[in-house]
Amino acid sequence: MTIAQDAQTNVTLRQSGWWKRNQRKLMPWLFLMPGILLFAVYVLWPIMSSISISLYQWDGLSPATYVGLENYIELMDDEEFYTALWNNVRWLVCFMAAVPIGLALALFLNQVVFGIRVIKSLFFFPFVISQVVIGLVFTWFYEPNYGIIAPLLNLVGLEGWAILADEDYATYGIIFAGLYPQIAYCMILYLTGLNNVSADQIEAGRMDGATGFSLFWNIILPQLRPATFIAVVVTIIGSLRSFDMIAIMTQGGPWGSTNVLAYFMFEQALSEYGYRMGYGSAIATILFSIMMIYILFFIYRMYRDEKRGL
Amino acid sequence: MKKFLMGMVAATAMAATAASAGTLVINTDTSDPAPKEAFEKMIKKFEAENPDVTVELNLFDHEGYKQSIRNFLTTDAPDVANWYAGNRMRPFVKAGLFEDVSDIWDDTGWQDGELTGSMAHAKKSMTIAGRQWGVPYTYYQWGVYYRKDIFEKMGIAVPTTWADFIAACAKLKAGGITPITIGSKYLWTTAGVFDYLNLRTNGYEFHMDLALGKVPYTDPRVQATFDKWDELVKPGYFLENHAAYSWQEALTPMVKGEAAMYVMGNFAVAPLREAGLTDDQLGFFQFPEITPGIPMAEEAPTDTIHIPANAKNKTDAKRFLIFMARADVQTEINAILGQLPINNKSTVKDDKFLKAGNDMLNNAYAMAQFYDRDAPAEMASAGMKGFQEYMVKPERRDTILKRLEKARQRVYK
Repeated sequence: MTIAQDAQTNVTLRQSGWWKRNQRKLMPWLFLMPGILLFAVYVLWPIMSSISISLYQWDGLSPATYVGLENYIELMDDEEFYTALWNNVRWLVCFMAAVPIGLALALFLNQVVFGIRVIKSLFFFPFVISQVVIGLVFTWFYEPNYGIIAPLLNLVGLEGWAILADEDYATYGIIFAGLYPQIAYCMILYLTGLNNVSADQIEAGRMDGATGFSLFWNIILPQLRPATFIAVVVTIIGSLRSFDMIAIMTQGGPWGSTNVLAYFMFEQALSEYGYRMGYGSAIATILFSIMMIYILFFIYRMYRDEKRGL
Repeated sequence: MKKFLMGMVAATAMAATAASAGTLVINTDTSDPAPKEAFEKMIKKFEAENPDVTVELNLFDHEGYKQSIRNFLTTDAPDVANWYAGNRMRPFVKAGLFEDVSDIWDDTGWQDGELTGSMAHAKKSMTIAGRQWGVPYTYYQWGVYYRKDIFEKMGIAVPTTWADFIAACAKLKAGGITPITIGSKYLWTTAGVFDYLNLRTNGYEFHMDLALGKVPYTDPRVQATFDKWDELVKPGYFLENHAAYSWQEALTPMVKGEAAMYVMGNFAVAPLREAGLTDDQLGFFQFPEITPGIPMAEEAPTDTIHIPANAKNKTDAKRFLIFMARADVQTEINAILGQLPINNKSTVKDDKFLKAGNDMLNNAYAMAQFYDRDAPAEMASAGMKGFQEYMVKPERRDTILKRLEKARQRVYK
């Protein structure tokens, strides 16, 4: 039976000589095809399309007119754009606080006590709640008359004020709300990382006299490097695409002072008062190029690590 | 695959023909309770009067509708859709998505022939390029809602001139009461104040010229409007922290008796009554005169219905528009909505505020639609942001006006 089967296979193979010759070359591409196709349709094509729309003036209804780089030139002269860009920087910097705070919480929760699993899941809870809900609840916290923040500030002798209506503080107010779930996210990343910390090395470190901070700094933290890397990545991406919180808490106000690029783009292209598709696409393109710098670095690092066989 | 596609096309085509035979598809954003009830009742009435027509109503969420209409007008147009008068309909008219219904207005498209006379005062806001593009069915007044009891207690008479108004504000403030409440978080409330100040300082024609981009924002007449605004902002006559509140949240101080006035639309009456204010406590007056001798124009946003250019059943759609323009229909629909009928042969619901509004609007020199409907969306967006900033930081007035002027030059290009 096996002989007969083999004979038949040989016949088939001989018949499709080209297939046989190129099988090894073609196979990876065939396996990659579904992924490449999806990536092209859902990622590459929209990016190209945004970039091309950014060269037009278009309201989404009437025919588009080609304006070249005019949208970008206008953007360079738009105060709101710089406000949004600067706010993005503030988000990026302040949001980074989520990483060390998340690490601290993870270290604190990484102990064997009765009921620690319940406590861990409670700490993870903020990440499960929708951003919209968090935004809404924090808006109530900040409410100047009935909110919880104002009386707390009064308690320490400061006068409570309408934080979300104050151009200097509103962005920080939103970032603070955004940190609430982000810290939980970083914490869970570190908690899983801590599971993989090798007990042998800690033991060895102790033998060599490392205790407390030096044990943490020299033995544990280096082993958490993969977790740190991912935590930093998700935090940076999270800060660049901050949108939900702003939409819920201030709509970019007061007078555009809490705008970030993502929301600014939405406001110009898709909100009730916008429909400047070209201008919105130009903002999207700028945001994309900023992210690209970071993504390229990330890809380069992964490539390098894989080459080294890590 | 090809066969499947063909099948799809055939099915869609069949559905389309089925829909056009005596079926009238209406898309509306009347998802709030009162408008929903009003539209459902009117559709029943229409179906009873026209047994050969079956109406298919698609309800959209009020906010989502602003997005949806842009899609369905081009891809899958209904036979009737509701929208707003003035410049708000301009993009759709310009893109050729609304049907010209001038024949209804010219009395050639229907037998009763009364539209010109009974709705003449609203014709202007339905006209673009000399043609009419829809039919209005409801509007409401804007003005000053105030705590009558507080005014009486402090011995303040209803102000009719700017000097009286300022004096009233000063007296209220001295008595520990916020003269004017406002919640500017969502920006548009500030436009109500601006519109009235500008209408009263410079008149309707100038206000419309500004909305149409014919006058720079740095014009001395705009400065004059802001001078008047300064007289309210600088002494702190508006609610503190107003940028943190929505318009509903700003009602609270008024209900509690901590604030006395609110420049608002008539829709504020319902929540104020629900919060426990009686008609003895709550009053309404026309925004006072500023420049003597300037005819008093009012703010009266109008809701309208239109026939999309891609509609399939335009005959019945026109019948529906005519139906909605009728005096008895507008009486009924506005009784449910708690708003004012456009048709002046309609009767107004027996309500203190509606009656006051009706009297005011019937004597109005002209009607503005509201800043964000009169001015193009992009200008309105920049403008209202500027107004909010100005109301918090009045010292930045010149920078703000320069920024608005820059926006004007771009938007009306």
